[in-house]
Amino acid sequence: MSHHYVEVRRVTYAYPDATLALRDVSFRIEHGEAVGIVGANGAGKSTLLLHLNGLLTPTEGSVVIGDIPVAAETREQIHRSVGFVFQDADDQLFMPTVLDDVAFGPMNMGLSQAEARARAQAALDLVDAAQLATRAPYRLSGGEKRSAAIAGVLAMSPSILVLDEPSAGLDPAARRRLIALLCSFSHTRIIATHDLDLVLDVCKRVLVLHGGRLLADGAPRDIFNDTELLASCHLEAPLSWQRRS
Amino acid sequence: MSRIDVALRDLRSLDDLARRDSPLTRLDARAQVITTLVFSVVVVSFDRYAVSALLPLALYPISLAALGDLPARPLLRKLAIAAPFALLVGLFNPLLDRAPLLTLGEFAIAGGWVSFASIMLRFALTVGSALVLIAGTGMHELCAALGRLGVPGVFTAQLLFLFRYSFVLGGEASSMMTAYELRSGGRRPGVNDYGRLAGHLLLRAFERAQRIHRAMIARGFDGELRSATSRIWTRRDTVFVLGWCAFFLVVRWVNIPQWLGQAVTGQLP
Amino acid sequence: MWALSGLALAYSARRVEAQARDYTAPLMGVLGAFVFAAQMINFSIPATGSSGHLGGGLLLSVLLGPHAALIVIASVLTVQALFFADGGLLALGANIFNLGVLPCFVAYPLIYRAIASAGASDSRVVAATLAAAVAGLLLGSLGVVLQTVASGITSLSFSSFVTLMVPIHLAIGIVEGLATSALLLFIRRARPDLLDRAAAPRTFAARFRPLFVSLAVAAAVTAGMLSWFASTQPDGLEWSVDRAAGIAGVTAPGPGVHGWLARVQEGTSFLPDYDFATKAHASDGAAEPAWPNVSAGTSVAGLTGGGITLALVWLVAWLIRRRHQIESRRKAE
Repeated sequence: MSHHYVEVRRVTYAYPDATLALRDVSFRIEHGEAVGIVGANGAGKSTLLLHLNGLLTPTEGSVVIGDIPVAAETREQIHRSVGFVFQDADDQLFMPTVLDDVAFGPMNMGLSQAEARARAQAALDLVDAAQLATRAPYRLSGGEKRSAAIAGVLAMSPSILVLDEPSAGLDPAARRRLIALLCSFSHTRIIATHDLDLVLDVCKRVLVLHGGRLLADGAPRDIFNDTELLASCHLEAPLSWQRRS
Repeated sequence: MSRIDVALRDLRSLDDLARRDSPLTRLDARAQVITTLVFSVVVVSFDRYAVSALLPLALYPISLAALGDLPARPLLRKLAIAAPFALLVGLFNPLLDRAPLLTLGEFAIAGGWVSFASIMLRFALTVGSALVLIAGTGMHELCAALGRLGVPGVFTAQLLFLFRYSFVLGGEASSMMTAYELRSGGRRPGVNDYGRLAGHLLLRAFERAQRIHRAMIARGFDGELRSATSRIWTRRDTVFVLGWCAFFLVVRWVNIPQWLGQAVTGQLP
Repeated sequence: MWALSGLALAYSARRVEAQARDYTAPLMGVLGAFVFAAQMINFSIPATGSSGHLGGGLLLSVLLGPHAALIVIASVLTVQALFFADGGLLALGANIFNLGVLPCFVAYPLIYRAIASAGASDSRVVAATLAAAVAGLLLGSLGVVLQTVASGITSLSFSSFVTLMVPIHLAIGIVEGLATSALLLFIRRARPDLLDRAAAPRTFAARFRPLFVSLAVAAAVTAGMLSWFASTQPDGLEWSVDRAAGIAGVTAPGPGVHGWLARVQEGTSFLPDYDFATKAHASDGAAEPAWPNVSAGTSVAGLTGGGITLALVWLVAWLIRRRHQIESRRKAE
C-alpha cells in the first residue's frame, strides 16, 4: 500500500466530436502528496480526474497507479485504491440513508453487513458526521452531503483520494471543516478546484491546466506569484493574497 | 408554493413520520405490508351496499395511526384532497339508483345513496391504510420489505431511486417553472415551450443519470444494490399479522355493527 | 387487473435484468423522477382553453424500451398511490395496466415503431407519437367498454357506449401525443444519440416478439377483464377510468360521463332484474317489493350498530394515544 504513485504518461483525450480535452499531459504524483489542479472552466480538470480511476480511457497515452496500469481488466483494483469524490454530492449519495450509502462501497467489496456497517460508522466518525447515519440524503445540507460523500469514499480504505471541486457551494464554516479534514489525511490527495485559497492551505504542489495542456507544475507560492502565467490561464492569485483596497 | 413544491413536501413529510421511533415503526415492514394487503382485499370483497358492516375495519388504520402517534390533521387533509376522485365516481349513484333500500322511520334512503356511502367508506379505508403503511414504514423499509417478500429487485431499486431523485428533479422543475412564469406574466407554457422546458429537464436528467452511474461504478457497483441493515422478524410481528387478519375475517363474515345494534335496540332479525 | 399487471411487471423485470446496460438502473430512476416532476407541469393546449400534462408511458417506451418503461411508469404510479392517495392501492393494478402495459406493450411496438423507425423525419415522429398515444388511450377505453358490457347490465348498447367514450379518450390521447412529441422532437435535435437507446431488434423473431407479446396481452386482456369482473372488484375500474381521464387534466365534462356510465353498471349490477334501475328511474322512487334482505328493523339495527362501532373504534384510538402521552411524559422526566 505504500508505493501508490500516480503516473500520467502523455495522456491525450478527444471527445466523440474530436475536440481535444487533454493534450499530451504528463506528471507523476508520489504517495502522500497533496496536489491541487487548477485552471479555468473548460481547461480539462474534471476530464483529467476521470482518467485517474479509469472512468475515462485516454485516446493516447496511459495512466498507471502504483505499478497497475489503468485498464478495463484492472478496474476493480483501481477503484479500491482510488477514491473519487464527485462535484455534485447528490450524484454520489443515492442510497436511502447515509449509513447505507457509506456502506455501499464495503458491501460491494464483499464484506458482511456487520463489517460494512462498522467500516461505515468508522468513516463517518472520521469526517465527524456520525450523527448523520440514519438521515436521508435529500435532507442534508450541502456541507453535510459533502462530508457523507467523502465518508462513502473513505469507507473503502483507498490510498489515493481524488476530489472534484470539494469546496464548491459550501458555507464558510463547512469549508473550513473540509480544509481541516483534508489536511488531516495521510492519503495522496488530488484536488481539482477553483478555490485557490484551499490549495494554499492544503496542497504542496500545483498543476496548472489550460486548454487541455499542462502549463505549469510547481509549488503554490511559485505558481501564484507568476502573474503572467496566471493571466494567460484566466486565473488570479488567491483571494487571501490580493491586497484589500 | 407551486404544485411541485407541495408534492415534494408531502413526500418528505410522510417519509419523515416513518423515521421516528414508535411501536408502529418498530413493527417489521413486511408485517405491515402483508396486513395492509389483506385489509385491502377484505374491504373490496364486500358487496356494493355494505356500509355499517365495513365500519369495524376502520379500527385498523385508526388504531395504527394512534400507535404511531401520527398527526391526524395532515392525514385527514390528504384524504380530503384525494376525495374528489371517489366523489366523482360515486356521485352518480344517488341519481341513478333511486329505489329505496332502507327505511328509517319516515325516511326512505335510496340504494344509490347507500352504495355511494359504501364507496366513500371504502375509499377512506384503503387510502387511509396506505397512508398509515407509508407513515409506519417509510420508503426505505418498505422497499426492503417488498424485496424480501419477493418483488423483483429491479422494481424495488427503481422505487428507491425514483423517490431519491424526485427531490432533485422536482426542485429543478420547480425553479425552472418559477423562472418561466416570471417572464411569461404568470401564464402557462404552450406546447412548444413545454417541449423546450421539459426537454431541458429531460436532458439534464440523462446527464445526471450518467454521473450517478459513474459514481456507482467508482465504488464497485456490480449490478446489485445491497443494504447494510436488515430487520429481524419477531414474534410480535407474527402476532400482529395473524391477529389483524383474524379480525378482518371475522368482520367480513359477521356484521358486527348489525349485531351490536340489534343487541342494543332489542330488535330481532 | 392486479394479476395481469403483476405478470407484466414480472416479465419486464426479468427482461430488464437480462438486457440491462450499465447505467440502466440510475437512468430508470432518474427518468421516473423526471416523469413524476413533468406530470406536474401543465401546458395549455392550442385552440382550447384547457391545460394538459404528460402521462409518460409512450415517452418512456421510446427512451428506454418497453420493458424498462413499464417498470418506470409502474413505479411512478405506485409512489402516487402510496403518498398521494390517488385512487389508492385498489386501482394501482388497473392503472398500471391502462397507463403502463397498454402504451408500452401495445401502442409503442405496434404503432409507434411501425410508423417512425430510426432516422424518420420530424413529421413522421409527430404522426407516430400522436397515433400511438391516441391508440393507447382508445384501447384503454375499449377495455372499459368491454368489461362493462361483459358484466351484462348497461342500458346503453355497445355502440352508443363506445361513441360516448371515444371522443374523451381521443382528446386525452391527443394531449399525450402533443406533449410526448414535443419532448421527442426536442431531444432529437439536441441529443439524437439518446434516442438510440431502445435498440431495434434485428432478427426476424425478435422483430415480431413485441407483436406476439402484444397479441398475447390483448387476448389476456379480454379474458382477464371478464373474469376479473366476475370477482367483486369494481372499484379498480372506476379508479382507472377516472385516472385515465384525470391524468391528462382535461377539464372537460369527460370524467363525469365516465363516472356516470360506470355508475349505471354499478347501481344495477347487483339487482336480480336488470331493468330495475330504469324502471325505478322512470317511476321515480316507487319501492320494488321484491328487493330482498332489507327491512326497516334491520336498517335501524344496522345504523345503531354502526354508530356504536365507530364510537368503540375512536375509544380504542384515544386509549392508545393516552398511553403514548403518558409514556412520553414519563420519558421526559
